[in-house]
Amino acid sequence: MKDSIIEVKDFRKTYGDFIAVDSISFDVKQGEIFGLLGPNGAGKTSTLESLEGLRSPEGGSLRVAGIDPTHEPRKLRNMIGVQLQSAGLPDSITPDEAMKFFCAYHEVSPRFDLLERLGLAEKRNSQFYELSTGQQRRLALALAVAHNPRVLFLDEPTAGLDVATRVELHEMIRELQTGGTTIVLATHDMAEAEEMSDRVAIMMKGKIVNIGTPMEITAKGAGLTKISVRTQASSLTDAGITFPAVSQRLSKDEYNIYFSSDIGPTVSAIIAHIESKEDTLIDLRVERPSLEDRFLEITTTGVVQ
Amino acid sequence: MNAFFHHFAFEFRTGIRNKQLLLMNYLFPLGFYLMMGFVMAEINPLFREDIIPAMVVFAVLAATLLGIPDPLVNARENGIFRSYKINGIPSTSILIIPALTTILHLVIVATIITASAPLLFDAPLPLNWLNYVLIFIALAFACVGISVLIGVVSPSSRMTVLWSQLVFVPSMMLGGLMLPYSMLPEVAGKIAQLLPATQAMNAFNGLAMGKVADFSPWGSVIVLFISGMLAFGLAVFLFSWDSRNTVRRGHPSLAFLVLLPYIAGIFLLS
Repeated sequence: MKDSIIEVKDFRKTYGDFIAVDSISFDVKQGEIFGLLGPNGAGKTSTLESLEGLRSPEGGSLRVAGIDPTHEPRKLRNMIGVQLQSAGLPDSITPDEAMKFFCAYHEVSPRFDLLERLGLAEKRNSQFYELSTGQQRRLALALAVAHNPRVLFLDEPTAGLDVATRVELHEMIRELQTGGTTIVLATHDMAEAEEMSDRVAIMMKGKIVNIGTPMEITAKGAGLTKISVRTQASSLTDAGITFPAVSQRLSKDEYNIYFSSDIGPTVSAIIAHIESKEDTLIDLRVERPSLEDRFLEITTTGVVQ
Repeated sequence: MNAFFHHFAFEFRTGIRNKQLLLMNYLFPLGFYLMMGFVMAEINPLFREDIIPAMVVFAVLAATLLGIPDPLVNARENGIFRSYKINGIPSTSILIIPALTTILHLVIVATIITASAPLLFDAPLPLNWLNYVLIFIALAFACVGISVLIGVVSPSSRMTVLWSQLVFVPSMMLGGLMLPYSMLPEVAGKIAQLLPATQAMNAFNGLAMGKVADFSPWGSVIVLFISGMLAFGLAVFLFSWDSRNTVRRGHPSLAFLVLLPYIAGIFLLS
């Protein structure tokens, strides 16, 4: 079992009478990619910013790499890297200047190799406002990792990026994880969270409503599994046929589609039926509910199972 | 030191690279200086005697009051300060480095004005160069401090314009740049003493240009230095990394304390 590098205990954050985060607790293991999900106003940003030392909690305790972000912000600076959602750089700064400037404050040598690695070599002397959104985000990532932080916070790292840039950034994030960096990823992109994260926490109204691996979270839901079947003859076309655990049936593009709450008995019964009718199975697809399905289920119904 | 150097170098280049700052640091003061030199000196030949100190004061007012506050507010509102905080950049560097680079730009502009005015407009040079430099530094320090303070306490760009113009416009009208202090009605003269421009023109006249000061010129220098220190102290105290959801250490109205040395000057300087 890996050690926890981030520990959050009964963390509470309020703004006046508004409770942004209501006594949440979780931990993030060393070397893990941890996804923080939730609709707008769920408390993700307050949590992240408190872990980054930008805000002070009203209750509970926070530890990042053994450091209290509120009371030891100077110690924290070289331990964490942060890619903010907003660029956070002056319009007139060039990538070269930004790299020298930020590395100088972290007391490390400038990592110009990162600019090349992230495809910014030709833009090293362009001003920040002249860079595309993708280039700005890549620069922000390069600056966030230039001092080799132990924990990297990424807030919507791929929002607004094209597919190729997004894949490139995902590769880099995985490389960082392989190198031992712990990554906290806040995103609205469920596919990204599911693909990248080892574990995710779903926040809603200031509370964590679900936490676990993407697989565990999707498995906990009431979501029905979609089973699509195509046969050579018409053994499944009779609307009167019933299969165990199927709650809904429809036909589309030569496929018979069943929504099952228990795939094992359903699939067995479908195959047995096809064989009994001396028909031939051409295609059978089982699609489990995605993290997005589960997220929508939780955030729209508020039901946590 | 390395970090300070890189930060300073970037801010200095920004003063030229950014079109708005280029305008306020160089184009506006030098353009106004040439216009005033060619037009005003023809209309009123006595203006030649004041052109060097008056245009240096104007350059300082333009570069500081019109150039410093807005970028500070924009940087705070666009999350740049948050990014700086995360990367360990201290608030004092955020406030002091733009101030120092602006002063360096002003040294260049003041040198151009001082060197060219005798050649272009037959303007007299300062008689006491040491005092001339000292008063320039005191004025720049005071105006940079007030400008940084405006940037720190203003909630928006619109408010920076309001506060900056509240100092800039009266300075142009009452500060002794266009009209000598001695020609102002008594009440207007007292109000004018609340302005750094008035104190600087009085000190230039009495200590550097060989003219008669209207009130204690060394008192004016002291008022400028004290107000500069007070303004920076207040700016550091009232600084906030982020205007949203962040509690300030004090109410922004504390910024009015910067007027104290000028108010004291009204009663103490004669």
